[in-house]
Amino acid sequence: MFSAEYLALLYSSLMALAIIVYAVLDGYDLGVGILLPGQNKPAADTMIASIGPFWDANETWLVLAVGLALIAFPTAHSIILQALYLPIAFMLLGLILRGVAFDFRAKAKTRYRETWDRCFKLGSLITAFSQGYMLGLYVMSFEHSLASHLFAALSGVGVIAAYTLIGAGWLIMKCEGEIQNSAIRWCRVSNLIALLGVLAVSVVNPLINTYVQTRWFGTEISLLLLPLPLICMVLFVLQDRVLVKLKQTPDQGCWLPFAITVVIFLLCFFGLIYSFFPFVVPGTLTIYEALADPSALTFMLYGVVLVVPAIIGYTLFSYRVFWGKTQDLSYY
Amino acid sequence: MLDTLLLSRIQFAANISFHILFPTITIALAWFLVFFKFRYGQTDEQVWLRAYRFWVKIFALTFALGVVSGITMSFQFGTNWPGFMERIGNIAGPLLGYEVLTAFFMEATFLGIMLFGMKRVSPRLHTFSTLIVAVGTTLSAFWILSLNSWLQTPTGYTLVDGVFYPDNWFEIIFNPSFGYRFAHMLLASGLTASFLVAGISAYRLLKNDHKHAPKLTLKVALSVAALLAPLQMFVGDLHGLNTFEHQPQKVAAMEGVWETEQGAPLLLFAIPDESTRTNHFEVAIPNLASLILTHKLDGEIKGLNEFKGEHPPVKPVFFGFRIMVGMGLLMILVAAVTRYTLWRHSTLPDWQLKILVAMTFSGWIATLAGWYVTEIGRQPFMVNGLIKIEELVTSVPGEHVLLTLVGYLTVYAVLLTAYIKTLFYTARNAIEVEEYQTTPIQGGQYV
Repeated sequence: MFSAEYLALLYSSLMALAIIVYAVLDGYDLGVGILLPGQNKPAADTMIASIGPFWDANETWLVLAVGLALIAFPTAHSIILQALYLPIAFMLLGLILRGVAFDFRAKAKTRYRETWDRCFKLGSLITAFSQGYMLGLYVMSFEHSLASHLFAALSGVGVIAAYTLIGAGWLIMKCEGEIQNSAIRWCRVSNLIALLGVLAVSVVNPLINTYVQTRWFGTEISLLLLPLPLICMVLFVLQDRVLVKLKQTPDQGCWLPFAITVVIFLLCFFGLIYSFFPFVVPGTLTIYEALADPSALTFMLYGVVLVVPAIIGYTLFSYRVFWGKTQDLSYY
Repeated sequence: MLDTLLLSRIQFAANISFHILFPTITIALAWFLVFFKFRYGQTDEQVWLRAYRFWVKIFALTFALGVVSGITMSFQFGTNWPGFMERIGNIAGPLLGYEVLTAFFMEATFLGIMLFGMKRVSPRLHTFSTLIVAVGTTLSAFWILSLNSWLQTPTGYTLVDGVFYPDNWFEIIFNPSFGYRFAHMLLASGLTASFLVAGISAYRLLKNDHKHAPKLTLKVALSVAALLAPLQMFVGDLHGLNTFEHQPQKVAAMEGVWETEQGAPLLLFAIPDESTRTNHFEVAIPNLASLILTHKLDGEIKGLNEFKGEHPPVKPVFFGFRIMVGMGLLMILVAAVTRYTLWRHSTLPDWQLKILVAMTFSGWIATLAGWYVTEIGRQPFMVNGLIKIEELVTSVPGEHVLLTLVGYLTVYAVLLTAYIKTLFYTARNAIEVEEYQTTPIQGGQYV
């Protein structure tokens, strides 16, 4: 049996992995959903085709993240989920709308098709916004004041921009012609909004939360970490330059915006984790205090060690199968 | 002040009822698809591929509804039943975790290749992907049924201050009622899927679809149904005996027995009344319940009065049981008659096709009724005999629960209507449009 401390670290790292993988993967397909045009049917078809084989598996990382929280940190899980009761319900409705709309649009009568497209877009928007809202409330330690709800709403908009950014990056990589050109435009706009969002969170977070302030400015490794936000800013600028260049030569390095966005996501996520570690409920409960029974977690660990690499392996494989520019989607 | 407990119960019941409709279809439909694809590989006859391509669309739609409603379930534990994970988490956590790790990911990842990859991977790998998805759906059922069975017949644990700790994982997973429940559920899925396939195929034939595929799928589905329906009755009976041993109060409610008696009659019909603790309008066959449950004419069946305050609400369990059994008997009859006709005349008369169309969703009714018997039958406990449900509920205000409940119910009603309409629309579409390419699918560049 492993020590409780080791298990707490291991399961929290796994949870972090599941969350960041979820944010990147479902992030891009939610982003594509948000960008879905209302009028241009062929474009909508291609855009949806680009995420068709993936969205289902992408969404599963959310289930894994919540599942790990529930298994490893049951007390924290119930505190967080009760505190976020309503935004979670909204997110679930959004995910339901998005998920079913994808399949119904391919099969339902043509006259309903636009309705399902709208549901797809709306579902993606609601999901992204609620996730951002939850993130905002989490950062504000679930405080219920007007200010924290305003901040949460701002954070909701921030996550919409972030998902749009990565979704546009995905489209630049996976599409050609008209869609690719529009995606470059969308990418530039969301790049700017996401930059402002990251700036806002970075400034507000240490101001309102003394723990976060000490983490970033009061310890010895602060000096080593302070360049991180700077690198993040540089990447946003670099992204903008890349996009300008892509306008002239759309297919040279069309994977760059997606890759840059992934790095930005990683940096921001690392920043968040660093700000709150080792708390799982900010200011209230650490991962060590919230840990479930070590023997149950040890039993679970065998599965984790065997299965997680396999999941990563066949996920990569399915991306290889559908590598390259998007083709028409049909059920073969 | 609204009652959070009551509303949370209604919400959980609504979510689980909606959710279970879809896995019930996909678990077995996935194996139908494996069979179609395998036969295509074996015979190289286009009709098997047509059958596959028609049903894979319905599979995809059903799967998507199952996934989104399943995600709702996974959040419900934390939002509405925090006590569940705090007290049962050490047992339930790893079982749910293994479900996500093994089953969920397997099916979700290979689904992409199964649905859209036929042109991109070799035929063999494509069949393999279909197989993995089928194994994944079945494994999913394995873990969930294991957890559910454990809640009904807990073994292999230590209880300290109201919190469960695992002692022996083998005993936990393979608890005394698990085998019966798992077999009963897999067969229920087999029956649900085969009546669905039969119903939709019959619908296409009634609408003058002269293609070979619907005739073929009808035949396969009816063969499966004729085989599984009697088998299900047999397994159901064994499951009943197991329940009689471990949860006598549930069986007493199913049979409507109030006083402990020897030689209890089987009630064909009655209206149980909890206020007077008697039945009205009984139609009974003497001694039969005892015979079925104890294999003795004068065997003893414990009555509900021995479990006052600790037995389930009688009416829903009593009627749920009769609906499930009635539906099961009807399925046996219909499957036997139609399969026999098909064997003798190699076609079905219109009236039999119409009966099959009417029975398209009969599996749903039987499965839901069965789940109500088993789940309401566990009341008022969450873990049989040990933890009551009221101890586990959330502290979220009732108003919030009501709000989300209304939201879910509205969405579910819309989706269910859309789902059923889309099934029949897809069937009509397959009639009007020659949607299948007759040329064999050429693989592009295989990976």
